[in-house]
Amino acid sequence: MMEDKVYMATVTQVNQYIKQVMDKNVVLSNIWIKGELSNCKRHYSGHIYLTLKDDGGVLKAVMFRNSAANLVFEPQDGMRVMARGRISVYEKGGAYQLYIEEMQPDGVGALHVAFEQMKERLEKEGLFDSEYKKPIPTYPQTIGVITASTGAAVRDIIHVLGRRAPYVKVLLYPCLVQGEGAARNICEAISYFNREKCCDVIIAGRGGGSIEDLWAFNEEEVARAIFISDIPIISAVGHETDFTIADFVADMRAPTPSAAAEIAAADASDILRQLSAGRDRMKSGMMYLIKSHRTSIARFRLRNPKDRIDNLRVYLDGLQREIVHAWRVKNREDRNKVALLNSKLHTLNPSNVLARGYCMATDQKGTVVRSAGSLSTGDEVKLMFSDGKKDCEVK
Amino acid sequence: MTKGASFEDNMKELADIVKQLENKDNTLDDSLYYFEKGVTLTKKCQTILDRAEQKVNVLLDDGNGGKKEEPFTAEEE
Repeated sequence: MMEDKVYMATVTQVNQYIKQVMDKNVVLSNIWIKGELSNCKRHYSGHIYLTLKDDGGVLKAVMFRNSAANLVFEPQDGMRVMARGRISVYEKGGAYQLYIEEMQPDGVGALHVAFEQMKERLEKEGLFDSEYKKPIPTYPQTIGVITASTGAAVRDIIHVLGRRAPYVKVLLYPCLVQGEGAARNICEAISYFNREKCCDVIIAGRGGGSIEDLWAFNEEEVARAIFISDIPIISAVGHETDFTIADFVADMRAPTPSAAAEIAAADASDILRQLSAGRDRMKSGMMYLIKSHRTSIARFRLRNPKDRIDNLRVYLDGLQREIVHAWRVKNREDRNKVALLNSKLHTLNPSNVLARGYCMATDQKGTVVRSAGSLSTGDEVKLMFSDGKKDCEVK
Repeated sequence: MTKGASFEDNMKELADIVKQLENKDNTLDDSLYYFEKGVTLTKKCQTILDRAEQKVNVLLDDGNGGKKEEPFTAEEE
């Protein structure tokens, strides 16, 4: 008779044992699992807790922050995904779970790869460069809208523009925005607006949807059509979290179609405020100018002709006084000079000397005798006195 | 697109006029001219905004390979 051996263990021990058994299993250590997401919760720590489910059951899973950071999409309930990781035991909870290392939407994994590859290629080519971005006009007259003629996107755009900017005309180019032929149709719409030059700015977009739904806006031909458009283009594809190639090439990306409508045209009430501010500034500029002209007119009056003539008269009087004074000074100086010369002349006159008792002797030739030695006995000389002459003989 | 100055042109011109009127070196004649023009333009722009009624057209195939514009009403859901 065989007796089965029965083990005795604590909870901790048995959980540890199960963990060891599972961790040794090669299949469970690295496995891709398909399922639908539910109970997705992103913890503030950055870890994502979620449940994978299918018709037959559920599998708890966690994606730690480091792995979650590499996600290119935001996991949402109901999304079909493929997740890769290891299955192990969380001992404290007494439960096994999937520790996810990578995750991608099921079936569109290839699209994702294509998206990333094209994004890299077009970026290298320069299609996303900011130097090619055209400015969005502030006051467009006509906005071209490229989207489906039914659905939320067109309604939102028309509604927002009607409320904020009714002065803008909306011109809708109805367009396929998903499925076969959508990309081609979007390109035709862009080239139509450019050919006809019938709008100032284009909004191209659609409402939210799966990555497949938005795929037309990831097609290369759409990217190139947006790039060569002369009319600025605002992309408005899906929700805030959706990014398409069109968003990167467009002159501006709007998070939603409604936001695109807000970006595309200035709010009429803002413009009205601006207009009245402008009018106030013009008025005060004009008031200033009038005031400063008044002041200069007042200054001009001070210089009227009568004042000028009076001023000139005073000036003339002054000049006259100066001339008379100058003449007088000059006259006095001249007279003084004459008197001086006169007295000098007087001093030098020889008859004045004779009058003081001197006399002057001249020989027979009439030459003045200056020394006694020049005369001999018997010479006749003439002596000149102040009152007359006498002939004399030297003895 | 309508012919003549667009709303954008008008707004740009207005901004220039305001600048001119704040430039104190202008002659009185010039300034009066700008002022009159500015007031007229302001009224014009205000009237456009006050009277604006949204116009939404849709481009439909005209049957000859071209497009024609028709008034468009978005269907309510």
